[in-house]
Amino acid sequence: MKNKSLVSIEDYGKEGILKILELAKYFENNPNQKILDGKVIASLFFEPSTRTRLSFESAINKLGGRIIGFTDASSSSVSKGESLKDTIKTVSKYSDLIVMRHPLEGSAKFASEVSDVPIINAGDGANQHPTQTLLDMYSISKTQEKLEDLNIFLVGDLKYGRTVHSLIMAMSHFNPVFNFISHPKLKIPQEYKLFLDNLGIKYYEHTEFTDIISKADIIYMTRVQRERFSDPMEYEKTKNVYVLNNAMLENTKENLRILHPLPRVNEISEDVDENSKAYYFTQALNGVYTRQAIISSTLGLI
Amino acid sequence: MKEEQKLQVSAIKNGTVIDHIPAKNLFKVIKILGLIKMDKQVTFGTNLDSKKLGKKAIIKLSDKYFQDNEINRLILVAPEARLNIIKDYHVVEKKQVEVPDQIKGISKCVNPKCITNHENVIPKFEVISKKDVALKCLYCEKITDQDNIEIIL
Repeated sequence: MKNKSLVSIEDYGKEGILKILELAKYFENNPNQKILDGKVIASLFFEPSTRTRLSFESAINKLGGRIIGFTDASSSSVSKGESLKDTIKTVSKYSDLIVMRHPLEGSAKFASEVSDVPIINAGDGANQHPTQTLLDMYSISKTQEKLEDLNIFLVGDLKYGRTVHSLIMAMSHFNPVFNFISHPKLKIPQEYKLFLDNLGIKYYEHTEFTDIISKADIIYMTRVQRERFSDPMEYEKTKNVYVLNNAMLENTKENLRILHPLPRVNEISEDVDENSKAYYFTQALNGVYTRQAIISSTLGLI
Repeated sequence: MKEEQKLQVSAIKNGTVIDHIPAKNLFKVIKILGLIKMDKQVTFGTNLDSKKLGKKAIIKLSDKYFQDNEINRLILVAPEARLNIIKDYHVVEKKQVEVPDQIKGISKCVNPKCITNHENVIPKFEVISKKDVALKCLYCEKITDQDNIEIIL
């Protein structure tokens, strides 16, 4: 039971990823399946994340499951000083599966070691958020009708953005070309470049967000966070440089789709929203189908 | 010259000689092996010349022998250490530190936001570099390198 947890995107190899994407497609076509009837899913959010939580709750509801849990640590026994281990040990007696969001890195892995039921990591600090990666992958495969040989542009905070890092790992199974566009201070970390070098995957780094995007099949935008800059002036300058607006999309490929893990601040202008290449809201909907797939697969129900 | 070197640390009759310890890590080795609590005779020399390490340290322990797993705990501070097992003034066996693929305990994870620094969890690492030892935390996935290793016992 324990090893069925989804802690890191690396828990799923290429085959595992493809299986989830296939299941997600099945749930998109048949969203209301009562396969979680009689099951209790614990949703433990030690820090608030409204979007992720609602997406999971929607997925569980569509599958006919029941949800117990809390939405932030202040309303749980953590505020009384209970250890994570004790919380997980107890909750795993009440539930068939635990969905967990926690601010500390490695917490999901630790929880999976002490839990009697599988854990699905809904984000552990800046470390991993594998269900986000799988829904990104589903969005890519759905819009491009393939995963192989795509030119993927990643824009914004490439240094700290965990969604970027996990997406690189997951896409590396499918022979991509990466283009990284960021402020020099938010460049992709060396360890990911080494990882790509070892696999012989091509990548290019840029500091300017220009018409090079005409080659893109996917543009994955991310938010540049204020707290990454010690100098507020520098933040203000940077956040207005890596902004995608509708005019920039003029000479881009027909099949291009724009993704964003959300929430966005100003990195995608609102005039992009009406463009048929904007995909980020549908991407969020895909999250529900992908999480239906992950939950039912983790429980071995399908 | 040879004579002089021999005199740097006196010989023992039975026990273990640990050689090729980087001089700066001598006290870490003493800590890791728990020599502070030992009631046997211990001699050590430090800042001795070494072609390999620049300055090295050496520890001689009378009537003391180690298990391999005790010795392998030295990988973080003295990966090139050599052990000579001495019986009746003669070296009867030589051992060296072997770097395992995974280690448990010994060092803290460098990441302050790692779960192992907040809950009662023994840190576990994958050894991703054996020469200049670098450890990847099996929990938070961050890398602790040789400069950031903080020994726990």
